[in-house]
Amino acid sequence: MRALAAVFAAVVALLALGTVVEAQDEVTPPLPRQQWSFAGPFGTYDRAALQRGFGVYQNVCENCHSLELVHFGDLGADGPGGGIGYSEEQVKAIAAASPKQYADTDDNGQPIQRPGRPTDTPLPLNYDNVKQAKALFNGAVPPDLSLIVKAREGGADYVYAFLSGFPEDKNQSGPPYYDEYFPGHRVAMPPPPLAGNDVPGIKATADQERHDVVTFLSWASEPTMEDRKRTGVKVLIFLVAMAGVLYFAKRQIWAELH
Amino acid sequence: MAAPAGQSKFVRWIDNRLPIFAFMQHELNDYPTPRNLSYWWNFGSLAGIMLVIMIVTGIFLAMEYTAHIDYAFNSVERIRRDVNYGWLIQYLHMNGASFFFIVTYIHIFRGLYYGSYKEPRELLWMLGLVILLLMMATAFMGYVLPWGQMSFWGATVITNLFSAIPVVGQKIVTWLWGGFAVDNPTLNRFYALHYLLPFVIVGVVMLHLIALHQHGSNNPLGIDRKTPQDSIPFHPYYTIKDMFGLGAFLVVYALFVFFMPNALGDPQNYIQANPLQTPPEIVPEWYFLPFYAILRSVPNILFIPSKLAGVIALFGAIGILFFLPWLDTSRVRSARFRPIYKWVFWLLVIDVAVLGDCGAHRPEGWYIFAGRLATLYYFVHFLILLPLIGWFERPRPLPTSISATVTKRIDGALPAASAVGKS
Repeated sequence: MRALAAVFAAVVALLALGTVVEAQDEVTPPLPRQQWSFAGPFGTYDRAALQRGFGVYQNVCENCHSLELVHFGDLGADGPGGGIGYSEEQVKAIAAASPKQYADTDDNGQPIQRPGRPTDTPLPLNYDNVKQAKALFNGAVPPDLSLIVKAREGGADYVYAFLSGFPEDKNQSGPPYYDEYFPGHRVAMPPPPLAGNDVPGIKATADQERHDVVTFLSWASEPTMEDRKRTGVKVLIFLVAMAGVLYFAKRQIWAELH
Repeated sequence: MAAPAGQSKFVRWIDNRLPIFAFMQHELNDYPTPRNLSYWWNFGSLAGIMLVIMIVTGIFLAMEYTAHIDYAFNSVERIRRDVNYGWLIQYLHMNGASFFFIVTYIHIFRGLYYGSYKEPRELLWMLGLVILLLMMATAFMGYVLPWGQMSFWGATVITNLFSAIPVVGQKIVTWLWGGFAVDNPTLNRFYALHYLLPFVIVGVVMLHLIALHQHGSNNPLGIDRKTPQDSIPFHPYYTIKDMFGLGAFLVVYALFVFFMPNALGDPQNYIQANPLQTPPEIVPEWYFLPFYAILRSVPNILFIPSKLAGVIALFGAIGILFFLPWLDTSRVRSARFRPIYKWVFWLLVIDVAVLGDCGAHRPEGWYIFAGRLATLYYFVHFLILLPLIGWFERPRPLPTSISATVTKRIDGALPAASAVGKS
């Protein structure tokens, strides 16, 4: 028995070789949980918040970030999941009002610049291509925002926390800027100029705008979420009922056995 | 294989030329099954159904998917957004992979607990392992197709395993890639193979079923069927039991598909693959984590570098299972009658869970130690404990027959009231 214990101790010592406890990287605080209209099994996107959030996206995010998977047309009723509550006419107007012109060719094959259409996606305003973006932002390319909520651990809570995580005293100069929730804290993005992007009828505080724009970006990440949950409730009711019937059928059939 | 009695002229006409009705009669209706199978025996049929679900959803996805590094990521997003019910098909397929592995792993552990791999079912067991290997290859290549960050970097890490082979390793990796990095040729060949392999799995499943029907199912007692009272026909008893099991399983599957479809996945894979930016951590899907832990846990052993040793351990972890019928020297199948093996079995379950946890974390500090210990224990279990336990364990006495045990239990549980059609 003692020999066995010695062997065990030797094995443990051997395994522990090279085991060095490393200091954790600078840790980020836990994400504050927010109240989202789209949370939970029955949650839906608040349409008014979506439209306000799209406004914030256009006024603030769109300066640097693209939204490649969302076409203007998707915002209308024909879009995935029924859009964010705009009519077809409104969508056309929004596309046409895009501050940037779109490169195209005319019927003679000559390059032209034309106004936006519902089939276009919003364009970042500050640059025309990736190389220009890199030159402008010290080599960093602002990420596309179409899937940003799905592509981050913590989802909507993370994006909200990130947007609120720029303490003023640590951001007197930059880049890089300091964000409390960003892994490693050093981020190329400046504090977003939220608040004051007035939308009629709503007092546009920074919190309000963050909440709205994250709601919009959550929709952009998964516009079919409402379909999914609605279908899911029906499917589950059916499946539970079916499993119940099958259970009693099974009992009935097996009862004859004994 | 006699034609079923009392069938219509039409059925007899067909059967005389193509005996499918006789076949079904023989393999479903008459197929004798132990009467005492528990719900743990549901997972084989569930795995078969998952295979069908994966093939059906996969074919519909293939109609919309574009296998090109410039379009793959967005084509999957277009499926989720613009294809009618595309989100449903895509989430069924994506979560289906996880659930296919869940039911398969339960099916395998059930076999381990009840000794289903023992004589005369050794080939049945080995065919099952071939299915597992094919499933792993298929799942790995399927995960590459959406061309997210984890797709790309997972493919890079796993294909690079072959570079551990001395001398020719790097050449093999270049050959696998079809270039000098994971790139468009890699994506295309993975797509072709991802479409092919499921049908190879179907073929091996057929062999698995033929081998199963040769001696029939094992059972919780692990003793052979002796008298007709020990068996009941597969239909209707196990068809209805399997259907109820399917109903219960689908409830859980649907919960994930409809209400937490991304819970089992990695958020990194919603970022398009970028060969110039390594993600902070490269982690495989959960069903590969125990194997990933084994791969990373092996240190340099004498003249074998850690990487090669890890790869050998990784493949050895599954390879060893092929020898299980001979490594386990006990002639008693079911752990119910094996007082020591019963505990060792649960230790193995815990061991695999620990390995999974280690695979999910960066190999630092405690996780290195735990990973190495758990890897070592995994091999000790199969190579040392199983052969030894078979020698010195004294199994409890086996029941004389299945029916004796079952009817005794029924009589005890349901006094008087069980008068209905008592056999």
